[in-house]
Amino acid sequence: MVAVESITVNYGERRALDAVSLLAAPGEWHGVLGPNGGGKSTLFRVLATLLRPDAGRFTIAGETDPGKIRPRLGVVFQTQSLDRRLTIVQNMEAQGNLYGLSGPVLAGRIGQLLRQFQLSGREHEPVQQLSGGLARRVEIAKALLHEPAVLLLDEPTTGLDPVARREWLDLLTALRRERELTVLMTTHLLDEAERCDRLTLLHQGRVVTGGTPAELTAEVGGDVVEFGTADPARVAARYPEGNPRTGPDWIRFETPAGARFAAQVTEALPGVIQSITVQKPTLEDVFFRHTGARL
Amino acid sequence: MNFGLAVWALTRREFQRFWGERSRVAGFVASPLLFWVVVGSGFGDLEYFFPGALTMTVMFSAMFSMMSLIEDRREGFLLSVLVSPAPRAAIVLGKVGGAALLAWLQGLIVLAGVFFTSLRHDAAALAGVAGALLLTALLLTVASYVVAWRLSSTQGFHAVINLLLVPAWMLSGAIFNPALSFAWVRGLMQVNPLYYSQSLVRAFLVDGGAAGAPSVGVAVAVLVGCTLLAAGAAVRGTK
Repeated sequence: MVAVESITVNYGERRALDAVSLLAAPGEWHGVLGPNGGGKSTLFRVLATLLRPDAGRFTIAGETDPGKIRPRLGVVFQTQSLDRRLTIVQNMEAQGNLYGLSGPVLAGRIGQLLRQFQLSGREHEPVQQLSGGLARRVEIAKALLHEPAVLLLDEPTTGLDPVARREWLDLLTALRRERELTVLMTTHLLDEAERCDRLTLLHQGRVVTGGTPAELTAEVGGDVVEFGTADPARVAARYPEGNPRTGPDWIRFETPAGARFAAQVTEALPGVIQSITVQKPTLEDVFFRHTGARL
Repeated sequence: MNFGLAVWALTRREFQRFWGERSRVAGFVASPLLFWVVVGSGFGDLEYFFPGALTMTVMFSAMFSMMSLIEDRREGFLLSVLVSPAPRAAIVLGKVGGAALLAWLQGLIVLAGVFFTSLRHDAAALAGVAGALLLTALLLTVASYVVAWRLSSTQGFHAVINLLLVPAWMLSGAIFNPALSFAWVRGLMQVNPLYYSQSLVRAFLVDGGAAGAPSVGVAVAVLVGCTLLAAGAAVRGTK
């Protein structure tokens, strides 16, 4: 379980986190969604016990003291935390030793994780020879070596190509079925966020809203219709009741029946509308609705 | 958590990394040897410049090992070490111990050059020099660790090294005889820990040591004292 209560972090004058609270129940996969610079990485550093918050408290696996949290916590950083010059096994052995594991117990766990993550046969290759996707697999295998209760992931698929990303997320999904593991993951990617049980949306250091992906998108309701137009002000003046938001060359409505509304607008304003997109609301729309900003 | 196991993991890693780039050995051993042969031959005194070449070898190796610390800490291996339950003192000891041992072994390789000189090279002398080089390696790695930990870029580290460590080596008696220098230079040397390491090496290689040099006891005490002070700063600084 991860419980965060009113954590505030200041970097000099700038407030990076402002009374942030969230709760991830045991076994839950909890996503922290927000744009870059929204405070996700600061929150990650606090929970990873690398940064002491200026105010507030947090509990991980029932512990509040960093010294007691660390043995229960697995951490996967956004940047590589493997020694590139060492082989996969050498990296895993060092990690195991740091968590007090050695001998046959450590060897057994390394062997099991290498098989599970399909790394067998490559264990004696230096990490610098591995592809990005493979290196990420080693990162997560390494983080699971001491069988943590909570796994903390910071933008885990950054820098991976689409195929490797999908593989990686499938792996994580499979992993959760096999073990009792609470996962807390920061992300700015929708497909990652959609796989989470629950989400906390973070913007400019504050919690904007939270809930299951279904709850959040239901909150927007109906359809989202976006028109491409050179004159968004004119469309807005004609249809103010839809509570539209506008950009330089677009206007966006949340409406119960998108297709009918799109046809209606196009007919009423001939020549003004250049393109139409009608879709079910996504997490992006949820975020947009609460902040007026895009992910 | 298991203190010894964490130290061993980090020390072992230093050696594994080193083995992965053996060309480093050649570089660290070659440049002090070159210094020794060229400058020593230029002055027509190979004996005088040999102890300086020994400390230079140890210094280069210690510096290089700690340079990796700067990148390691921001993005790299050290991040996962810092979120592990390993005690901070074990992290310092493992990293410094491994790097110091490597620096020391390279110093020993250069020490083989003593057989081409008329300096003392009986077992007692060699054991004494080996001990002096070990103390020097420990001091330089801990000091470099403290500096590296405070800096955010390797460029900054280069600047500090060039402004502090290299002049300290020059003022250690490696390239000129303190007895013949101006009084203010001698004064500076008295507060330079590397002067004591250089005097210690010389004490074992030259019969009777250098004139006016600190005794073996004083030199050892200064080196151990400075190392312990720096180690305290290192453990406190490791966050």
